[in-house]
Amino acid sequence: MIENLETANNPEKLRRVAIDPISRVEGHGKVTILLDEQNKVHQVRLHIVEFRGFEKFIQGRPYWEVPVMVQRLCGICPVSHHLAASKAMDIIVGARHLTPTAEKLRRLMHYGQILQSHALHFFHLSSPDLLFGFDSDVSQRNIVGVAAKYPEVAKKGVLLRKFGQEIIRHTAGKRVHGTGSVPGGVNKSLTVAERDALLKDIYQIVAWSREAVAMVKDLHNQNPGLYNSFGTFRANMMSIVGNEGGLDLYHGKLRGRDENGKLLFDGVDYQGYSDLIAEAVKPWSYMKFPYLKSLGEKQGWYRVGPLARVQNCDFIPTPLAEIERREFVDYCGGTPMHAPLGYHWTRMIEMLFAAEMIKDLLHDDDLLGSDLMVTGPRELEGVGVIEAPRGTLIHHYRVDEDDLVTMCNLIVSTTHNNQAMNEAVRHVAKRYLNGRELTEGLLNHIEVAVRAYDPCLSCATHALGKMPLEVELLDAEGMLLDRMTRGSDESTSGCRIT
Amino acid sequence: MSEGNFTLDGEDIPFQEGQTIMQAAMAAGKYIPHLCYHPEFKPHGSCKLCTVRVNGRATASCTQRAASGAVVESNTHAINDERRALLQMLFVEGNHFCPSCEKSGNCQLQATAYELGMMSPHYDHFFPNRPVDASHPEYLLDFNRCILCSLCIRASRDVDGKNVFALSGRGIKTRLIVNAKSGRLADTNFSEADKAAHVCPVGVILKKRKGFAQPIGGRTFDLNPISATPHPTIKEG
Ligand code: SF4
Ligand code: FES
Repeated sequence: MIENLETANNPEKLRRVAIDPISRVEGHGKVTILLDEQNKVHQVRLHIVEFRGFEKFIQGRPYWEVPVMVQRLCGICPVSHHLAASKAMDIIVGARHLTPTAEKLRRLMHYGQILQSHALHFFHLSSPDLLFGFDSDVSQRNIVGVAAKYPEVAKKGVLLRKFGQEIIRHTAGKRVHGTGSVPGGVNKSLTVAERDALLKDIYQIVAWSREAVAMVKDLHNQNPGLYNSFGTFRANMMSIVGNEGGLDLYHGKLRGRDENGKLLFDGVDYQGYSDLIAEAVKPWSYMKFPYLKSLGEKQGWYRVGPLARVQNCDFIPTPLAEIERREFVDYCGGTPMHAPLGYHWTRMIEMLFAAEMIKDLLHDDDLLGSDLMVTGPRELEGVGVIEAPRGTLIHHYRVDEDDLVTMCNLIVSTTHNNQAMNEAVRHVAKRYLNGRELTEGLLNHIEVAVRAYDPCLSCATHALGKMPLEVELLDAEGMLLDRMTRGSDESTSGCRIT
Repeated sequence: MSEGNFTLDGEDIPFQEGQTIMQAAMAAGKYIPHLCYHPEFKPHGSCKLCTVRVNGRATASCTQRAASGAVVESNTHAINDERRALLQMLFVEGNHFCPSCEKSGNCQLQATAYELGMMSPHYDHFFPNRPVDASHPEYLLDFNRCILCSLCIRASRDVDGKNVFALSGRGIKTRLIVNAKSGRLADTNFSEADKAAHVCPVGVILKKRKGFAQPIGGRTFDLNPISATPHPTIKEG
């Protein structure tokens, strides 16, 4: 941990630079940097204003409403919240084992969401940086620029995403704010026509996903110096893994590894997550900092998401993605990769895995079944965990005997990665910004590091297209020295943080 | 029984002595937007959504008797503008979050808003604070969505013979209450078999643990607009 960059010794003597996007939906992200006269970096902090109001808001509401209501939390991965809440409510209604039809439809929905989210993140948000360079011409460094120079890449990105959305529509009833998953199961199965419509395209989707992995792999191989070291620091990692240790993004047990890949814990039932994880509060950030209780606040923080998951599992249960995983592991020489840019590679391996899972599921006639719901002995407390596109997502509820929610605690993926993202930003600031005049291109390096984690604040960009942003440079007295703004039409130069 | 005719938006509508304009229009398969009217109960005339112009004068069609030769206007731009404003006021007075409401797709308020092309609530939301009554083991009351149509009151009183529900307060403070000292549904003689359990046009009186069991695409107003199925609850009741 670069602790000395978390808090500067004499902040009053320093200049402050803020990279401050204004977002509306999920949260508000901001990076502040304190510099001295020589532009030496003294303090770097990533602040994300987390939306916690929901936990209060949901109290007093009937439990069966929660899986639908939680989708209002986030415009980007509503399906992940829909499913995590449903899994918690399965426990409440005593449905510890769903019918095969229900379980497989939920998996289908989830892998559809993974596919669409990973495609969106890679093609729309990250490919401009990776294809053109972090400090390339800002007017070109966007999806429009990619579409002009690499039209095939942009087109495939759009179609991959669209396919994922179609899966969501067929399983949840709507592309956004669907209702497909309910406590104890699902409310609809697929019709033959719906299944066949999806089957028609899935082979193409698998092929394009393979190409996407090949593309990131090439980028990585062409510039290993940059890709392996950019913002790199060592960290623990956590995810759920499936029963036999295979990659499973829908259900499993919690597993953690240390920075050398050694198991820290394994096979932990997530109903007891609160024995494993605590959340630290820091005075300068609204977002909490989760850590493993056994290691303490200083040593116990960890990474979640694709980079953690692909390295945490023992194998990937689909053949093409497993080949890619092995190649990735070989590339790393048997030790864990800690480079943030490795997220892109592992994210695309996961996208291929999701495509293959969808293909297998679509060949399973259980998807057409009619046995949709189960119930059992009623419980008063339940935890639901899912591996959302961005990482482990924890939903925890208590429900009273009258069926109303009395307590809700959520730990979202971006919160798990809070410390890790702060570390990444500090490493990049130290390596690239120290002692130099700030330019848009340099500041974009910071964003590239944050964006690799695909934090939920990037969600706002998904929704709005382009995020208005303000960067302020203040002197030691807080006087405004310089100011750059970029409107939502991207007319003025400035920087983005997404 | 003597009969007659009036015109509704230029079309001849036959009626029988004693029928209201609403009844005659419905019998002829014509839809006049309404919320507090239900064919099985005495009209209440409170929501004013069914307002039409009879020979130029505005009046509630659910309470106004049909008269021979009358010229009735309903589906006009000006009248529908007023109806949209009434709907918008209903939306902002309560807490209606359609995307996460289990009555969505089966709700007459939502369906009427779609029918009349209401695009936004327009007015500022009141965001009233109305706790849910979940005391009854089988039914839940979510007062956030009550539009004070009094259908449950009429059903309980006139059909069930019970008086479980009543309106209390005046003007903007009017609210629905239940007939128990504790104020809780569990302490009334309400039961699932009551007519009152099945008449709410919006999402207030709800069977517990059933929300969202019906998939999107198969709900009443997914299949037909409200102008084609104005009273889906009749089947149920
Ligand atoms: S609870 Fe329903 S039926 Fe009763 S007054 Fe309110 S909206 Fe009308
Ligand atoms: S339906 Fe006539 S006033 Fe409500």
